[in-house]
Amino acid sequence: MNAKKLLGFAAFLLVVFVLVPLIINATGRWGFFYTLTSVALLSVAAAGVWLTFYIGRINIGQGAYALIGGYVSAILVTQAGVSFWLTLPIAGLFCAFVSVVIGLPILRLRGVYFAMVTLVLTEVARLTALALPITSGAKGITSIPLPGELSLFGLTIIPAFGSLSNPRFGFYIMASVLMVVTYLVLWRIVNSRLGHLCRSLQQNEELSASIGVNTAYLRILAYAISSFFGGIAGAMFASIAQSIYPSSFVVADSVNFMLYCFLGGLGYVFGPMLGTFLLYFGWDLLSIAKEYQLLIYSGVMIALMLVLPNGVLSLLDKKEGGK
Amino acid sequence: MTPILQIKNITKRYGGLTAVNDVSFDVKAGEILSVIGPNGAGKSTLFKLISSFVPATSGEVLFNGTRISSLAPHKVARMGVVRTFQETTIFRSMTVRENIIVSHHLRSKASLLGFFLGTKQAKEDEAAFAASADDIVDFLGLQAIRNELASNLPQGHLRALGMAIGLATDPKVILLDEPFAGMNHDETMKMVGLVRRLRDERGVTVLLVEHDMPAVMKISDRIVCINFGQKIAEGTPKEIRENEKVIEAYLGSEDAAIGM
Ligand SMILES: Nc1ncnc2c1ncn2[C@@H]1O[C@H](COP(=O)(O)OP(=O)(O)O)[C@@H](O)[C@H]1O
Ligand SMILES: [Mg+2]
Repeated sequence: MNAKKLLGFAAFLLVVFVLVPLIINATGRWGFFYTLTSVALLSVAAAGVWLTFYIGRINIGQGAYALIGGYVSAILVTQAGVSFWLTLPIAGLFCAFVSVVIGLPILRLRGVYFAMVTLVLTEVARLTALALPITSGAKGITSIPLPGELSLFGLTIIPAFGSLSNPRFGFYIMASVLMVVTYLVLWRIVNSRLGHLCRSLQQNEELSASIGVNTAYLRILAYAISSFFGGIAGAMFASIAQSIYPSSFVVADSVNFMLYCFLGGLGYVFGPMLGTFLLYFGWDLLSIAKEYQLLIYSGVMIALMLVLPNGVLSLLDKKEGGK
Repeated sequence: MTPILQIKNITKRYGGLTAVNDVSFDVKAGEILSVIGPNGAGKSTLFKLISSFVPATSGEVLFNGTRISSLAPHKVARMGVVRTFQETTIFRSMTVRENIIVSHHLRSKASLLGFFLGTKQAKEDEAAFAASADDIVDFLGLQAIRNELASNLPQGHLRALGMAIGLATDPKVILLDEPFAGMNHDETMKMVGLVRRLRDERGVTVLLVEHDMPAVMKISDRIVCINFGQKIAEGTPKEIRENEKVIEAYLGSEDAAIGM
C-alpha cells in the first residue's frame, strides 16, 4: 500500500467509525444506523459476487448463500444454543462447503449458462427452506436472541448486545467492521498472485490452463470464498432482524447484488461497496417519485451502463489516465 | 536415450470424422521438429492431443517414458510440455510484462495462501518472476512494448508474446502452432532466429506446425507430414522435399505447392 492509498484508507475508517456516528448522534436520526448496517452487509455479499465476476462468471445466486448462512446461524443459535459469534464463521464455512458441491458441476458452464443456473439457485434455496422441517417452513425462525458477549481468555471483546443502551449502534459498528475486513481480504486477494491468476482465468481459461493453472480448482476456490461472504452477510442479517424467513433473500436480491457490482465497476475492488451504497440510497431517494420509482430507477440504471460501462469508479480512471 | 516425447498410435475421432488417425513418431530431446500438412490435416488436433487438451480416442503420448495422455492439461504443462496457440491467444487486458509474470505460475514455490499472506517465500517468488520476465523481454526483444496493453499489440508482437508466455513456464518441450502465420518475410526470419535460440540457448525441444515451407525447411531438424489425419512421411527436410507422397498431398490440395 502506498502512502496515498494508506491515507485514503485512514480517511475512510475515520468517516465510517467516527464521523458518521457523530453526525447521527447529533441529528438524532437513529434509524440511519439501521440503514447503513444494511448497506454494509449487502456490500459484503456483493463483494463475493464481484469475486466470481473476477474469474469471468456472472453470479446471480448470492441470495441463496445469504439465505443458507442466515438459517445456519439462526438454527444453531435457537436450537443448539451456540454463541452467535461462533455461528458466524460456521455459516460462512457451511456456505463455502455447499458452494463447492454445487460449483463442481456448474462452474464448468460459462457465460449465460452459468448465470442461468445461479439464478435458479436462489429459488431452490427458498423452496428448500419452505420444505425442510428444521427451517420450520413459511413461519421461518423468529425471536432469535441478540448476540451475546464475545470474550477471549476472560477478556470481553464485544459486550452482549442485549446489555447495550443502543444495540443499533452496536450492529452498525459490527457490520462496518465486517465490511472493512471483507474488503481488505478482497483487496489482498486481488493484489496477490491469487488475483492475478483469477484475472488470467477471466481473460482466457484455455491459456490459463496451458501455463499450468489448475483452473477447475481456482474457480472452485473463488466461488467458495464468494459464498463464504454471502453466508456471513446472511448470518448477520438474521441476527439483526432476529428472524429469518424463506423470503428473506429472493431472486431480486441476487439480481441486486449483481447490479451493485456492475454499477460500482467490475474492475475495481471497492466497486461493489460504492455500487451498493449508491443503489440502496438511490432507490430510497426515488421513493418520492411514487409509482414512477421503478421506472426512473431502471432508466437511470440503463443510462449509467451505457455511459459508464465500466462502472462509476471508471470516472476516476479517465481523470487520472490509468488505474 | 529415450526420446523426450513418444507419440504412439494416437487417434482422435470427432463423431464420424477421424481427425488424427493412428499417428506415431518420436521427438528427440533438443531437436526442432515440424509437423506439416494441408489445411484440416489434423495438425492442431495432434498438438492438442500431445498437450492433453483433448482426450485421445486411442493411443498414448509418453514424456520421458511417462504416460501423459489423460492427465489434465495443467499437469502436462507442469511436467514441462507447454502449448502456445494457433489463434494468438494472450491475456488481452494485461500488459506484456504482466502477461509474462503471471505465466511464471508453475515456478512458484509459495502456496496461494502464502501469496495472500505475503510470506517471505512469496515475495522471493514475485521478485524472481519479475527478474525472469525482464530476461524474457530482453531475449525476445520486447523492451519497447513491455508496458503496452496486450490488446493494443500488432500481429507480429502478439506471436512473440505468445512465445514469451510459453517460455515463462520454463518448458522442456514447447509446441508452437503456426508461429509465423501472418508475418512478412523479415518478421518470419527474425522469428526463425528466435526459435533457434530457444533451442540453442535454453535447451528447449521445439515442435511446430507451420505452413511457411521455406521457413520450415530452414528451421527443422526433422519433419513429419500428415494428410487426412495420417502420417504419410517422416524425415529430414531434404527427404521430405523429395518424398512422392508429400508432393502429391500438396499438389492435391489447394495449398501452395511445397515450393522452395
Ligand atoms: N472440436 C472439433 N470437433 C469436430 N471436429 C473437429 C474439431 N476440431 C477439429 N476438427 C476437425 O478435425 C480436422 C482436423 O482439424 P485441425 O487439427 O484443426 O487441422 P489443421 O490444424 O491441420 O488445419 C478438421 O476436419 C476439423 O474440422
Ligand atoms: Mg491448425
